[in-house]
Amino acid sequence: MKSRRFSRVLIAMLSAAAVAGVVQAADISGAGATFPYPIYSKWADAYKQQTGVGLNYQSIGSGGGIKQIKAKTVTFGATDMPLKPDDLKDAGLVQFPMIIGGVVPVVNVKGVQAGQMVLTGALVASIYLGDITKWNDARIQKLNPKLALPASTIAPIYRSDGSGTNFLFSHYLSQSSPTFKDKVGENTSVQWPTGIGAKGNEGVANMTAQTDGAIGYVEYAYAKQTKMAYCDLINSAGKSVAPSGESFQAAAGNADWAHAPGYYLILTDQPGAGSWPITGASFILVYATPPDTAATGAALKFFDWAYRNGAKMAADLDYVPLPDSLIKQVRATWKSDIKGVPAMASASDAKRM
Amino acid sequence: MNRRLLRKLTNFVALGLSGLATAVGLFFLGAILWTLVSRGLAGMSWVLFTAMTPPPGSSGGLLNAIYGSVVMTVIGLLIGGPIGMLAGTYLAEYGRTSPVSSVIRFVNDVLLSAPSIIVGLFVYELLVIRMGHFSAIAGAVALGIIAIPVTVRTTEDMLNLVPQGMKDASTAMGAYPWRTITSVIYPAARSGIVTGLLLAVARISGETAPLLFTALNNQFWSTNLNAPMANLPVVIFQFALSPYPNWQQLAWSGALLITLSILVLSITARIVVSRLGPSGGNR
Amino acid sequence: MNTAAAIDPRHAAGQRLRERLFRAATLVAALLVLTLLGGVAVSLAQGAWPAFAHFKLHFLTSEVWNPVTDQYGALAAVYGTVMTSVIALAMAIPVSFGIAIFLTELAPVWMKRPVGIAVELLAAVPSIIYGIWGLFVLAPVLQRHVQPWLIDTLGPLPLVGRLFQGPPFGIGILTAGIVLAIMVVPFISAVTRDVFETVPDVLKESGYGLGATTWEVIWQVVVPYARTGMIGGIMLGLGRALGETMAVTFVIGNAHRIGSSLLAPGTTISAAIANEFTEAVGDLYTSSLVALGALLFLITFTVIAAARFMLLRLERRALSSV
Repeated sequence: MKSRRFSRVLIAMLSAAAVAGVVQAADISGAGATFPYPIYSKWADAYKQQTGVGLNYQSIGSGGGIKQIKAKTVTFGATDMPLKPDDLKDAGLVQFPMIIGGVVPVVNVKGVQAGQMVLTGALVASIYLGDITKWNDARIQKLNPKLALPASTIAPIYRSDGSGTNFLFSHYLSQSSPTFKDKVGENTSVQWPTGIGAKGNEGVANMTAQTDGAIGYVEYAYAKQTKMAYCDLINSAGKSVAPSGESFQAAAGNADWAHAPGYYLILTDQPGAGSWPITGASFILVYATPPDTAATGAALKFFDWAYRNGAKMAADLDYVPLPDSLIKQVRATWKSDIKGVPAMASASDAKRM
Repeated sequence: MNRRLLRKLTNFVALGLSGLATAVGLFFLGAILWTLVSRGLAGMSWVLFTAMTPPPGSSGGLLNAIYGSVVMTVIGLLIGGPIGMLAGTYLAEYGRTSPVSSVIRFVNDVLLSAPSIIVGLFVYELLVIRMGHFSAIAGAVALGIIAIPVTVRTTEDMLNLVPQGMKDASTAMGAYPWRTITSVIYPAARSGIVTGLLLAVARISGETAPLLFTALNNQFWSTNLNAPMANLPVVIFQFALSPYPNWQQLAWSGALLITLSILVLSITARIVVSRLGPSGGNR
Repeated sequence: MNTAAAIDPRHAAGQRLRERLFRAATLVAALLVLTLLGGVAVSLAQGAWPAFAHFKLHFLTSEVWNPVTDQYGALAAVYGTVMTSVIALAMAIPVSFGIAIFLTELAPVWMKRPVGIAVELLAAVPSIIYGIWGLFVLAPVLQRHVQPWLIDTLGPLPLVGRLFQGPPFGIGILTAGIVLAIMVVPFISAVTRDVFETVPDVLKESGYGLGATTWEVIWQVVVPYARTGMIGGIMLGLGRALGETMAVTFVIGNAHRIGSSLLAPGTTISAAIANEFTEAVGDLYTSSLVALGALLFLITFTVIAAARFMLLRLERRALSSV
């Protein structure tokens, strides 16, 4: 009967699909910060082309990365808010920095182009506190005498999800304004007194571009890739500085990684005339005793490859690759702190790749 | 008389407003479809169906997402369809008037209208936590659970439309109920049941919320059911909320694709029922 | 049909066995439906328990949603859910009513089917489409044209004005309400239409016979008869609006705050869960989100159960009066 033949064909198709499902090699699974997502996905694409191994990275925010790695639903987590050494120990996690970038304020104001507006941390804090509500406020106008600012309302956009970018930004605002520190504080997720929430760096960038009069904060690659109007900031040395690979590098250059247990270092408001005030490193979290050593090994292999081959791609997106001394320190940490994983490729292996 | 004129005027205004209301409804339908078509069409090309989802800033397609959606929808239907059909059969044939059946019908109707995000949470607790990772199979189970109430309802309704005479004739020849059901009633209600399945597919293929916590998403091609799998709704969700033009274009094209498929399925279901009749044309 | 059963006792036994198995299978499947509901309820209750035990009633009355201090309250999310649904119904009920009247009384026969199908197609459009359409098409229109007009004309008014003050963001509670209204119209109008069609012709004819206008027959004969069913349909639409996730998430603004203005951003239960669940760190945070889900389940269950009950009564009445 026709229906019998049909059901036989259906069963055959399903079995084939099931077999295919089982035979497929597993991708490396990771989740977390949207801050480094543009560079991670570029690296993942190149890595897949070179080695055939895919990296399935879900950019769901630092909070999500921390949660998923703690729940062991992914092989590695990614966060821009570093976990403190005690938290790392409690959770049995190992943390190391992967890439450095900068958070920049972006605006959607009629007539204002990229790099034209100058703001200070205190001013941005007042905007996000709701104390400054119009773009042509005297305090903003004073810093920007040449700009013709409209009388429109400011729409502050913030991160609605758990975010390391949010942590860096709120940390910087807390450093710049005691009122902000008091009223809002700093964390991956804070209770913003006013404004609109959007999900991910992508969501903030999108919402800022969509809403007239908006101000938001995103990792620089997002602003650069989508040609948004980013702002210059006045740093701790009193100089107005534009976001760029150089200004991020200037901020990161003085960091003392060797004496930071668990690599816990926050790079905002670093001294130096050319330093970008909201610079930050993005970290990776893996288990010290991984539940799946093969998977963690594959992940470390990818990170190793990225340290070795990813610098140019990172620089193209204005991220700052880690200095060699730091990379060496990280590799030593892998060897000493992560148990059961096959030894990392040595320099000779690198030539083979 | 003055009174009469007032009544006539009220009538005119009221009916005019109702026509206006219909126009408003049709306007929004048109606006949404127009936006979908105009923005989505620009991205329609062979590349859409042959390339994978790209990293931000590059161009690509939706192949892995389309595949994932199809696979999870089919498996979801395979899970939810038979259960729904059997349950609907029970309600229509075996437990017609029993109080248990009334309760089941009521509960089924409630499940039919329940928020799908709740189903996602349920499957997250049930499967994702236990298994330790997101997976396509968890996504398929979530979709299957959503398909069950739809299938139960349509199966029961369609089986009830089969003429009692046919059922009685079969019983009179000495057939057990299961034999009557499988050899007489099912074939008679065939087109109705198929319609029900089509409607279930249309319903689950557009669901996003349950997949957010179960199948997650995947940047690459994957046929592994035990791992996160790309799917159209979540990809659209992610891409639409991003600031990248090429991602946004893919989101619109994906949205157009989903809507077209669902519309085609819904319209096909209607045609099947109206042409063949709910009892398969055996009149 | 095989009459061997009458001849061969073994064959009869095989048939009986198959009958028992088949019947059992259908019963198991039917009971599975019950178990599903029970399972969902139990799973939600289990997940929500830590939050309720920790915050007790304060959870329902507090607007604070602060992951830093681990203080959570459902008030903002519940307010947003209820408010957007109320706005949606306020707009959808008249429109659906109008559509139902048009399709049952006014439309010429050739128009009935295509227009009816077109309205039902609105129901087939997946909710995520409504979401992106709302964000990219509706929100800019609202921000640039409609909301400034609302603020200028309605803002200064004494009582109502408070609802329409504040900066025009384009997204927010009102926008979410509008998108939900469009989504819910096909449901309410479909049920209302069906319900109008159950009204016995003889009742309508007697109205016309007495010289009533079409509108008078509708308002004074059809509506009172179909009242229960109409309310059932409205409540079904309410249930849909309360639980809607994707359409709302795009345009609600994701702010855990209760603003006095409809133009302010807010959040709903389902939008909060969709946005925050995969990233909630900490047991109390996750449990609070599941608790929100449990609240939503409770609210929608009550509304939908009441709606189904009302529709059931109308069905029985329609069947008995035939």
